[in-house]
Amino acid sequence: MSSAPLLETQNLGRKFGQLQVLSDFDLRVEAGEVLGIIGPNGAGKSTLLSVIGGSVGASTGRILLDNEDITRTSASWRARHGIATSYQIPRPFLEMTVLENLLVASTFAANARGKKAEDLAIGAMKSVGLEGYANNPASSLRLLDRKRLEVARALAANPRILLLDEIAGGLTESEVPELVDLIRHVSASGVTVIWIEHVVHALTAVATRLICLTYGRILAEGEPQAVLNSPEVRSVYLGLDPDGENEAESFVKNRPSEVQKEPNTHA
Amino acid sequence: MSASVAQVLVEQRTHFVRRWTRTSIIGSSSFLVVAALLAVLPFMVNLSLVYSMIDLFILVILAMTWNMLAGYGGMVSVGQQAYIGIGAYSMVVLADSLGLNIFAAIALSAVVCGVIAIPISFLVFRLVGGYFAVGTWVVAEVVRLLVVQFPQIGGGAGISFSAMSDLSRDWRIATSYWIGLGATVIVVAACVLLIRSRAGLALTAVRDDMTAASTSGVMVTAVKRLVFVFAGAGAGIAGALIAVSTMRVQPDSVFSVQWSAFMIFIVVVGGVGTLEGPIIGVLVFWFLKQLLADYGPLYLILLGVIGIVFVLFVRGGIWGLISRKGRIELFPVGYNFSKKL
Repeated sequence: MSSAPLLETQNLGRKFGQLQVLSDFDLRVEAGEVLGIIGPNGAGKSTLLSVIGGSVGASTGRILLDNEDITRTSASWRARHGIATSYQIPRPFLEMTVLENLLVASTFAANARGKKAEDLAIGAMKSVGLEGYANNPASSLRLLDRKRLEVARALAANPRILLLDEIAGGLTESEVPELVDLIRHVSASGVTVIWIEHVVHALTAVATRLICLTYGRILAEGEPQAVLNSPEVRSVYLGLDPDGENEAESFVKNRPSEVQKEPNTHA
Repeated sequence: MSASVAQVLVEQRTHFVRRWTRTSIIGSSSFLVVAALLAVLPFMVNLSLVYSMIDLFILVILAMTWNMLAGYGGMVSVGQQAYIGIGAYSMVVLADSLGLNIFAAIALSAVVCGVIAIPISFLVFRLVGGYFAVGTWVVAEVVRLLVVQFPQIGGGAGISFSAMSDLSRDWRIATSYWIGLGATVIVVAACVLLIRSRAGLALTAVRDDMTAASTSGVMVTAVKRLVFVFAGAGAGIAGALIAVSTMRVQPDSVFSVQWSAFMIFIVVVGGVGTLEGPIIGVLVFWFLKQLLADYGPLYLILLGVIGIVFVLFVRGGIWGLISRKGRIELFPVGYNFSKKL
């Protein structure tokens, strides 16, 4: 092999009791990619991100970062080595202010000190539009702002690989393009992004590659539009007639309003 | 790393981060003023009050450091009496047997306790939650049982502390008081500086959410070990002060689990996981103690009832009630976002 990918999983598997959530999962992520992941609920998307982020251990297989085995490293180690995760269910430091939440990430994950740590935290805070709440405790934020804070915390970690889990759900039609711009911006700075999203049109706007997961396996993979148009994805994920014409696109366009309710069910 | 989020995110600085706020300037200077006023107290009031104030200092030290451990680090220890006892015995050995200067002996007692806390941490960190609590208690009992095996330090009967017995009674009490006051100021300042530091930011994150702290790059176990050692050293200072003020170290008294019960009461009532809470809790506890000292067991029952009421209905303690409307800081430990003028 001439050049190793930035991140690679080999035969990755994760079992919860008898439930095999991920199995024999092989993934190669090149530096600079924006990899989108879609798939029905329960497909193992979030588990995949958690296993890569280190908050959930792998049952089988290996994870390689820069061709180095990191399977046994902790979530904290991975955060300090450039893998930052924005979780689907935000877990802010409730009694700390928004700024302090971000300072934790910039100080420890990005290993910045003094003014540098502050600059990173403030930059991340502004990029998600939370500067108005800088001195408010995170416990006072609404769910949507907590999700913004979760994204900002991953950005403040100054990552090489950014893992995003459903960050667009609940955003309004005008907010989605702003988020897409932010991710495009972050990607352009050289950060590799792996993004799970049900708001598919947000994903296809930036993704360079798309994977559709189901039952812990890859159902389809490749150029985003091709994946969305593939018969398997149409029937399994989008629930459309596999042979219908151009329905996928209109479905995808209408999808965001439908998933707006989702955050509440997670809260 | 050539390109990074840092470069994209950092723009012209229009804001800065302040550590001091108006309330923390007022709070911290009031703390120093109160300490200075307390320093002249022995010349103004009768000595029995001065003597009972030494107890208050010991309780402040214990509550502040236990709060670091339990309130911030999430480690509810009921075994801090292990270090109180070791600190008290170290004081006797260092000052009486080895003839060290009192101040050096107190500082070294703290060091001894901190060092002993390191191997103990490896043992008890294998346990979590209630098991951790019981484990620390067991360690304290083991230490007590070991200590009473040595007749050289008095065995089960205890040993006298005589380094200050040349002083007249009045001067001895006053000197103990000043030593206690000085130690308290140092310990409170150490707690404030710890929480204000980089490690303190990690510790505050651990207090709020240990898992999220870990995924934000905080080395949770290292931070917890640091605070475990810190709290051990703090309890050691309290033990040394007990030796100084009572002039006697009795194993059943210094290794009593009652110390842990008092610390828990104080921190729960004052406000767990804050720097201000334990100080308020100590004042409440100390006044209750003065008021109800003559009632014997009834006093302990009342303390228990108050503690339960706070745990059930006033989770943030008294400081939580005071600062409910927004964050108030009496010490400069937070980070405040301000617009550049």
